[in-house]
Amino acid sequence: MLRLALILLALAASPAKADEEVVLGLSKNEIEINTTFDGSEILIFGAIKRQTAIPEGDLGVVVTIAGPSQTLNVRRKERRFGIWVNVDAVEVDAAPSFYAVATSGPWSEVLSEVEDLRHKISIPRAIRSVGAPSTVKDAQSFTDAVIRIRTANRAYKVDEGAVELREDTLFQTSVKLPANLTEGDYATRIFLTREGRVISQYETIIDVRKVGMERWLFALSREQPILYGLMSLAIAIGAGWGASAAFRALRHG
Amino acid sequence: MYIYLPIAEVSVNAFLLLGLGGLVGVLSGMFGVGGGFLMTPLLFFIGIPPAVAVATGANQIVASSFSAVLAHFQRRAVDLRMGTILLIGGLFGAALGVLLFNYLQSLGQVDLLVTLFYVVFLGIIGALMFVESLRAIRRSRRGGGVPKRKKHSWIHKLPLKMRFRTSGLYISVIPPLLIGVAVGVLAAIMGVGGGFIMVPAMIYLLGMPTKVVVGTSLFQIIFVTAFATMLHAVSSGIVDVVLAVLLLVGGVVGAQIGTVIGTRLKAEQLRILLAIMVMGVCFKLGLDLLIQPAELYSIATGGGH
Repeated sequence: MLRLALILLALAASPAKADEEVVLGLSKNEIEINTTFDGSEILIFGAIKRQTAIPEGDLGVVVTIAGPSQTLNVRRKERRFGIWVNVDAVEVDAAPSFYAVATSGPWSEVLSEVEDLRHKISIPRAIRSVGAPSTVKDAQSFTDAVIRIRTANRAYKVDEGAVELREDTLFQTSVKLPANLTEGDYATRIFLTREGRVISQYETIIDVRKVGMERWLFALSREQPILYGLMSLAIAIGAGWGASAAFRALRHG
Repeated sequence: MYIYLPIAEVSVNAFLLLGLGGLVGVLSGMFGVGGGFLMTPLLFFIGIPPAVAVATGANQIVASSFSAVLAHFQRRAVDLRMGTILLIGGLFGAALGVLLFNYLQSLGQVDLLVTLFYVVFLGIIGALMFVESLRAIRRSRRGGGVPKRKKHSWIHKLPLKMRFRTSGLYISVIPPLLIGVAVGVLAAIMGVGGGFIMVPAMIYLLGMPTKVVVGTSLFQIIFVTAFATMLHAVSSGIVDVVLAVLLLVGGVVGAQIGTVIGTRLKAEQLRILLAIMVMGVCFKLGLDLLIQPAELYSIATGGGH
């Protein structure tokens, strides 16, 4: 009892340094896409390691998972000669194929604008669009469209308050990954914030890749396209002949 | 049961694909069309990337056509000589079509052009067939003699004539060659067998008897779509074999059923049904072009430069 009181006293006496650190665990750091893959859920949990007492100020945790970055060509339809056709196009230099953000509280409370800009955390910041052709005046609307379409497809999502923070020390959240995942490295970042300021961050990679037959077929189609094409045809002709023979046998037998 | 498609990179319900394949297979067997003009738009609709849908559609048509053509061979309803001429044109057309397809894809206008192709071709052919079969039905109701189809037009004045015994024709090889080229281009660009163009063209332009038209067009379609599949697989690797297998398992069974139904219907009835279906698909696609889409923006990965 006395010892505990002493420790508390010592902790309270020492100045509040920003030496809080994130310790992280993932339910899995590898996702295998096999034939029956229809999405996956990742549990992200961790603790905040400190040498000192819990400092003053509201603590926040922000978790992001980003799929491989892609160059996108965004096109807009306009009515020309009575029909709707693609007219303007803007290239978005880098947009993640998947992006999920989960926070421990309301957006405005856990992260300041400046920190968001610096660490590219919110969805609009995570998309990089350098230049649009001068013929397109409202280039921003194309980036907005990417966010809108991908949010509707559940490829992009923001979950405010989805990170459960306990005793300002333990946190956990789960992120659902959809069935139409692109292969690649999924960068997972955890930001620890206090009063909207990032005080610690941790980064790790979740490896998403095709396995088994999926891997084999994909590799074959890229490395041996002629063999792959012939195999596709052989399967097609075999199935066609097989069905025909089976039906003939049924009719006569 | 959901299945992840390795090339399309989407997860879809396997039974949905089997059902789609079966439905299209029945039509394929009935009308002697590959059914691609229905299959490709249906695949777009369930979320398969358009390029993959077109290339895989071609592969799937090989299977359903092969299954159906065997049934027609048994009934001696295939004009091999005519089929070979159509095929020579078709291979040339398919190569041309794949080049055009890859070029349009880089321009970002491939969707529009594919849709326009569908609307224009399906519209013209559907309307022509509909009017013609209505006339034929009215003629047969009046109890008049056999309709005269063998008109002597410009087609009969062309050189390089050849005798096609199975079809009972003595005509120039130029029109079938050109029809073959046109069908080959369509096979590559639209992911269709091209039967919906070839069947009417053989009946109305070449004057072939309806009973050999179906088998002969299937014979040509097999080789042209096989060739288009290879070109797509080699040039951009967009043939999804898992998708194709699911579609064709449904498709080959459907094709067998369709062939049986087809032999029980009269040629005029068959044609009017096909005409209505073709016009229906045309109408739906045309409407999509005219009505303001809910989402004006579209995303293509990989960039266009």
